[in-house]
Amino acid sequence: MAIRVSLLLLVFLSSAVVSFSLYEDQVGLMDWHQRYIGKVKHAVFHTQKAGRKRVIVSTEENVVASLDLRHGEIFWRHVLGTNDAIDGVDIALGKYVITLSSQGSTLRAWNLPDGQMVWETSLHSAQSSKSLLSVPINLKVDKDYPILVFGGGYLHAVSAIDGEVLWKKDFTAEGFEVQRVLQPPESSIIYVLGFLHSSEAVVYQIDSKTGEVVAQKSMVFPGGFSGAISSVSSDKVVVLDSTRSILVTIGFLDGDINFQKTPISDLVENSGNAEILSPLLSNMLAVKVNKRTIFVRVGGEGKLEVVDSLSDETAMSDSLPVADDQVAFASAHHEGSKIQLMVKLVDDLDTVLLRESIEMDQHRGHVDKVFINNYIKTDRSNGFRALIVMEDHSLLLLQQGAIVWSREEGLASVTDVTTAELPVEKDGVSVAKVEHTLVDWLKGHMLKLKGSLLLASPEDVAAIQEMRMKSSGRSKLTRDHNGFRKLFIALTRAGKLFALHTGDGRIVWSMLLNSPTKSEACERPSGINLYQWQVPHHHAMDENPSVLVVGRCGSDSSAPGVLSFVDVYTGKEISSSDIGHSVVRVMPLPFTDSTEQRLHLIADTEGHIHLYPKTSEALSIFQREFQNVYWYTVEGDDGIIRGQGMKSSCAGETADEYCFTTKELWTVVFPSESEKIISTLTRKPNEVVHTQAKVSTDQDLLYKYVSRNLLFVATVSPKGAGEIGSVTPEESALVVYLIDTITGRILHRLSHQGCQGPVHAVFSENWVVYHYFNLRAHKHEVTVVEIYDQSRAENKNVWKLVLGKHNLTAPISSYSRPEMFTKSQSYFFAQSVKTIAVTSTAKGITSKQLLIGTIGDQILALDKRFVDPRRTLNPSQAEKEEGIIPLTDSLPIIPQSYITHSLKVEGLRGIVTAPAKLESTTHVFAYGVDLFYTRLAPSKTYDSLTDDFSYALLLITIVALVAAIYITWVVSEKKELSEKWR
Amino acid sequence: MAKLTPFFFLSFLIISSSLAFQSDEFGLEGAQQQTPTTRKRYSDPDSDSKVHFSLEHAFGDSDFSPAGTFSARLKSWSHGGKTLTKLRFSRNGFSDEEKDTFKNLLKGDDFYRIRLPSNVISPPGKEFVVASVRARCLPRDGLDEHFVIHMEGANVLAVSYGSLGACQYPRQFKLPAKWSFNSHTILKSSEQAPRTPIFTEEILGGENAEGEVEPPPEKSFWAKYWMYLIPLGLVVMNAVTQATNMAEEQTGGQAGGSQVQQSARRR
Repeated sequence: MAIRVSLLLLVFLSSAVVSFSLYEDQVGLMDWHQRYIGKVKHAVFHTQKAGRKRVIVSTEENVVASLDLRHGEIFWRHVLGTNDAIDGVDIALGKYVITLSSQGSTLRAWNLPDGQMVWETSLHSAQSSKSLLSVPINLKVDKDYPILVFGGGYLHAVSAIDGEVLWKKDFTAEGFEVQRVLQPPESSIIYVLGFLHSSEAVVYQIDSKTGEVVAQKSMVFPGGFSGAISSVSSDKVVVLDSTRSILVTIGFLDGDINFQKTPISDLVENSGNAEILSPLLSNMLAVKVNKRTIFVRVGGEGKLEVVDSLSDETAMSDSLPVADDQVAFASAHHEGSKIQLMVKLVDDLDTVLLRESIEMDQHRGHVDKVFINNYIKTDRSNGFRALIVMEDHSLLLLQQGAIVWSREEGLASVTDVTTAELPVEKDGVSVAKVEHTLVDWLKGHMLKLKGSLLLASPEDVAAIQEMRMKSSGRSKLTRDHNGFRKLFIALTRAGKLFALHTGDGRIVWSMLLNSPTKSEACERPSGINLYQWQVPHHHAMDENPSVLVVGRCGSDSSAPGVLSFVDVYTGKEISSSDIGHSVVRVMPLPFTDSTEQRLHLIADTEGHIHLYPKTSEALSIFQREFQNVYWYTVEGDDGIIRGQGMKSSCAGETADEYCFTTKELWTVVFPSESEKIISTLTRKPNEVVHTQAKVSTDQDLLYKYVSRNLLFVATVSPKGAGEIGSVTPEESALVVYLIDTITGRILHRLSHQGCQGPVHAVFSENWVVYHYFNLRAHKHEVTVVEIYDQSRAENKNVWKLVLGKHNLTAPISSYSRPEMFTKSQSYFFAQSVKTIAVTSTAKGITSKQLLIGTIGDQILALDKRFVDPRRTLNPSQAEKEEGIIPLTDSLPIIPQSYITHSLKVEGLRGIVTAPAKLESTTHVFAYGVDLFYTRLAPSKTYDSLTDDFSYALLLITIVALVAAIYITWVVSEKKELSEKWR
Repeated sequence: MAKLTPFFFLSFLIISSSLAFQSDEFGLEGAQQQTPTTRKRYSDPDSDSKVHFSLEHAFGDSDFSPAGTFSARLKSWSHGGKTLTKLRFSRNGFSDEEKDTFKNLLKGDDFYRIRLPSNVISPPGKEFVVASVRARCLPRDGLDEHFVIHMEGANVLAVSYGSLGACQYPRQFKLPAKWSFNSHTILKSSEQAPRTPIFTEEILGGENAEGEVEPPPEKSFWAKYWMYLIPLGLVVMNAVTQATNMAEEQTGGQAGGSQVQQSARRR
């Protein structure tokens, strides 16, 4: 083993790997990292008797976090796995945060101050069901404080102190679904109310010490219940019947069940279907009916009466006990550009404890959720602070009529990213101020000089660091010469666009998508994808680039689409339109019209293709290339890939002249019993390939098969589509294909026996690198496939090139029979992978690096040279000179080549690379729950001086040299003169 | 060289099979199964059976109609897999009517489409595999066509269809001299990925030792030290010329001796 390690080390050292690591003082110079938590689902305040006031939140990104209530900073947070959705969060014993996750099967306790995990209990679960977490406040069983958890058909009582299961009750046999666990004060009996087959209400009285059922009562409700339930007091709940038109009050006082039906039509006229809203209010419930929210008070005998009604855009909080046995709740709604926040007493809705109106940015949408907390002011009156979640997922704390802090949590759910240039610096418009006088400049450089000569004192070092961080113009809003300053335009799941500056990561502008028609079904479309619509080159000074946001009204793929065009410089929506058809696929075409708007084709569910922009010029451009437009669809469920060509205008069916029909040209049918598509991938359409040929060691020339129409497809055996290790090696095989999407030819087909997905792949130039799991070797593997063209292999003759008898300039047709060969090689890779990307540079000259998002949420930069199929065991001298690394069975993971250095991009989902203007440099943007940006130079910055190049040292050296020359000249003159006079 | 022989044999078969409506060829087997000899197959008639499946074609957007028949032997393996071998193809010639439609296709540079059933055992299966080519790519002397049928067991995964050679763009309108098909068919199944090399410690250790022992080839003296030798040579030559110059000066000009002395002092 030692030999092996030392040999590996030797290999690493001898292969002269370019080091990408940073020095400590370079951190934060060109990278930034932002931490988010996601859209808040639950919030629990912890303010009483606490030095640091905090709020515990759980989010839709499966994050549990503790936030500082004063500034909104994260005290601690934990990102649970993607399949570990949080069902409930609460505080137990005043010192533990309890989270229930994975459909009620995992219960964890975290230490409140520092977020350390105290205990974790995985609970037995037999079936998937809704889950319930209940932390009784004053239930004590023999020095122990049980937490009641229902999930997976079992009711568990878990000790809050050490997480031990005290008792469990099996409800799986009956199919009993627990809806509420209620515990009357000063009693060791707990009431468990639930439904059996959603038509029978059952109440169990369970001894909290032993878990034994003391009494059981059940009663059949003929109409059946619908899911939602609202508990109004300790012995009453209100539920809707299955027709959603009758409210049923279930009283279970002393174990007796009684029903009391109240038709909603008695409460409101012309009522439609009703819905019980989630807020827990005492002796009252909120019902959404007829687009209004009505408050219904439940009287002592189960009598219902309407006490108030509000517009349905009002968000409400749970009720909160305030002083003197009173209970209050908060409601928030929009009024113009302001938010009205009101806190009222539940018993007396006319008593408004707090009424505030707060100016709110339009682009945050309306209020989604409100959580309130009270505090005692100095004059002994109640003050309230409200944590609100907006429609764009942002989180704000309101207190005393002002926004104390806000967090842009929408950025935790970025779905698509594109880049945009900044405006060109114009005279007079320049944002840059003349910040440096000559003295400052010189001082700065003297400091740097000191630093580089190791003469600097600690204070000087700090000053240098500060200077670097604030380095001039890093965050200016204009284009720079090297293309280091750019905008990343990010689309979030909430349908909001953010423009982030590469310099410091700040939000330059943000914009919430609006549906143009504001119809009832679609007020806020969800964004699907972002495309670069217009990138002006000819009129870069006076025209602004714009992006196209393709959205959809609803989650269904057949829902009508929405297009929105957004100005990149200002963040204003130029125009938007309901397109009246669904959006399945968007294809940017390689053509632009005279205003440099890119032509896009949008395919709908009916198999029609729509051309955008809808101008006659675009139509004429498209008609010219009509014959040469092809596209394909992947039907993953059926295992069919279909290639299509353009047929005709769909004039017969609609009068729309921008609509076209297609015809099927080819199909690839994967047999459903042996193969299932798990991954498809194409090259990035805007990738630049610098050279088409590759010179190998023996002076031979290989032509890369560079085609934009290649599709990488990976299939596995249907059995092996599950998790890793769920099948034996004999049962699972992975097959990869490279398919030409014009003709449907399979150019490369390779099967890996005993391998399994998930497959993560990256496709660039003429190579594909994919990552999968090898069941036989129990290791992850990375395979590289490179395709070379043989039809142009005769062009190697120099004389042919000189005399012009080559076919290099002839157009290449996909219909010619392809002559190519592939080279492939597999390597072991020690880590699971979340995503893979590849660096991209302006001209494609710089060598490439694979950016591997590892399971530890870090990004590893791996030279493409390591995944070269031509690596051999003993490379010859010539091969070594070319840079071929001796073959090893696994790819090295060099700790210094993590580009995220010590940081983690929690919940990493994607990596986007974009070229800078400087050939050596590429922008890397990684998103997940966190955001991370850095600049990379895969072959070092060979085309520019580094930032800390000391110009002062150069200047001083020149000055000193000139002075020395002058002095020596004077001296020699003098000497010569004296010689002559001798 | 031994590996190449079957390839030559195959290509010979391809060549010999041209100029006829019929093409007859051995299927290419996947690498995982060794090709059984024909004789063995005949001796074991229970495990294989004959299958027929039809090729259908369509002109442009027309409906598909029969255009030929593939027949092959279905070989059942003991491990449950099935493969096709010994594929034969008989192509129907174009009828006059079809010739006219094909000419129209050529004029319009439209697609000539073919399809095969995806499941050859019980055709027509749920789906067809379709392939198409621009009609103008087919005509040479006759009508050249080339099928590559990708198989997965007894299922047809995809078929690549096109002419044998290149199809120049822009495509020229050209009628075939002969209305007969030169058909070439190849069956392909998937290749096995080579195993990832695993270097055991023994190999590594051995290699390590060997690597240490084996010194790099000794370079010649000149190859090693040329960068020193050339400047040295220059210096020597310089010195020699200077020395001869000095000698000349001393012998040739004693009259100028005082001048030399003076200038030397000035220097």
